Amino acid sequence: MTNLHYDVVVVGSGPGGLAAAISARQNGAEKVLIIERDIELGGILLQCIHNGFGVEVFKEDLPGPSYAQRFIQQVHDLKIDTLLDSMVLETTPDRRLFITNRKLGIREIKAGALVFAMGCRERTRAQIRLPGSRPAGVYTAGTAQRWVNVEGYMPGKRFVILGSGDIGMIMARRLTFEGAKVERVLEIMPYLSGLTRNYVQCLQDFDIPLQLNHTVKRIIGNNRVEAIEAAAVDEQRRIIPGSEEIIPCDTLLLSVGLIPENELSRQAGVRIDPVTAGAFVDSRFHTSVPGIFSAGNVVHVYDLVDWVTQAGLAAGKGAALFAQGKLAVSDKVVRTQAGENVRYIVPHTFDPNLLAEEAIPLQMRVKQPIEAPVWVEAVCNGKSVTRKALPYARPGEMVTLNLKPDVVDSFRESGTLTVNITER
Amino acid sequence: MTSEPIPIICVACPKGCRLEVLRSEGDILVNHAGCKRGQEYARGEVTDPRRMVASTVKVLNAIHPLLPVYTSAPFPKGRIRELLAEIRKVELKAPVKINQVVIENALGTGIDVVASRDLE
Repeated sequence: MTNLHYDVVVVGSGPGGLAAAISARQNGAEKVLIIERDIELGGILLQCIHNGFGVEVFKEDLPGPSYAQRFIQQVHDLKIDTLLDSMVLETTPDRRLFITNRKLGIREIKAGALVFAMGCRERTRAQIRLPGSRPAGVYTAGTAQRWVNVEGYMPGKRFVILGSGDIGMIMARRLTFEGAKVERVLEIMPYLSGLTRNYVQCLQDFDIPLQLNHTVKRIIGNNRVEAIEAAAVDEQRRIIPGSEEIIPCDTLLLSVGLIPENELSRQAGVRIDPVTAGAFVDSRFHTSVPGIFSAGNVVHVYDLVDWVTQAGLAAGKGAALFAQGKLAVSDKVVRTQAGENVRYIVPHTFDPNLLAEEAIPLQMRVKQPIEAPVWVEAVCNGKSVTRKALPYARPGEMVTLNLKPDVVDSFRESGTLTVNITER
Repeated sequence: MTSEPIPIICVACPKGCRLEVLRSEGDILVNHAGCKRGQEYARGEVTDPRRMVASTVKVLNAIHPLLPVYTSAPFPKGRIRELLAEIRKVELKAPVKINQVVIENALGTGIDVVASRDLE
């Protein structure tokens, strides 16, 4: 590595980062670099050994490592530089990065454009304030996944899982495969937080009971978890006295949500949306800081890797155009606004001129589940722009509404586009 | 004679459609399927349920001690435990190539267990 100036630098090599680097190269960026803190490219996909990846992008049902390898191969074929086992210590608003690894010590790298693709982190025990003693045996589901699938350690024999996120349900099946007993999955909300199909093939198939409206009241044990005290909750998620139950176990796994990992983005001055905990972005995933893009779970937490790849491709293209001075600056901007029963929408803004050339996918999550047919409707200046019908809407499953070029006339001026999701 | 409807949640894709299967003298009727794959899945689910299986095998001289593997096609659900016992016996040496066959014709089903990635 002699040249410390790159057209596009990508931080992180999960599906978002890999796609961004490939797309940057394919859209004219000559020198592209990926910085990864692990010893190999691929990110969390490498520990997701279950299948279900690639149904949208490849029309194939692949395990995580196979999905990653297709993109890693392209990275090598396109001669994209990589720095492995390397940490980014700091980034600046003018796109300088300070990195460290064993060989180089500390180095400064300048980037023509920068793509943040750091992904997300799991919520921990401290973040959900679980009472009780502090024994060994309380882990996040993703940490357990890394141990079981990559490093070869079993974290326990008898498990309770708190939270019905996808990783928790997938680990329930995986641990059962490896001979452990999963006693229960507890979910504080009245609905599943992961995908329905994971409930079927990970819990139902193995008779693992799921209790909605239930949580952990207390962790019991001194050196090691000995049991947890479970309890039912009411509509305000307050524990119902008298509903407590002691469940003996040696390990508690937490699958209680993911938070975009934006320490570096904040340092670089990127504005963060308090609802998504990710950057405010336009349809090219350009952030509030010129030349800094953000792609994948670092923007908002997706439920399908295929969408992360799409986001990475868009961000990489934007970064390549910026680095070449070709990214058009528009005089018009349309803001998206979460309307009825919509928690948030990504992107936050888009350039209506771009819509003439390409469709813009709006991705959102509902606040409350509707187990009946719904309309997803985009409204601008009191007029319906487009709408689509869905059989239901659930918070665990992202909703996409495609704005197609044929609606471009609705956006002659700057304005606000509101999306509502309501029962049909 | 038509049977009671059997409720099935489709796992063919992430949509998770709720289907219903009716059996009537050898005929199988599928209701509410969102697509063709759902039809097939529901039929299979009442006649011969199958699942993709993913696990790991021991590997020597590689950057990791385990190699992720998966079945080349959905595997009979009732025999998954037997399959896992077979997978546990395998020990490989690096390097391994993606899609390399790790167990051929597992339990005589015609389905292979293959490597999910390259590993050196």
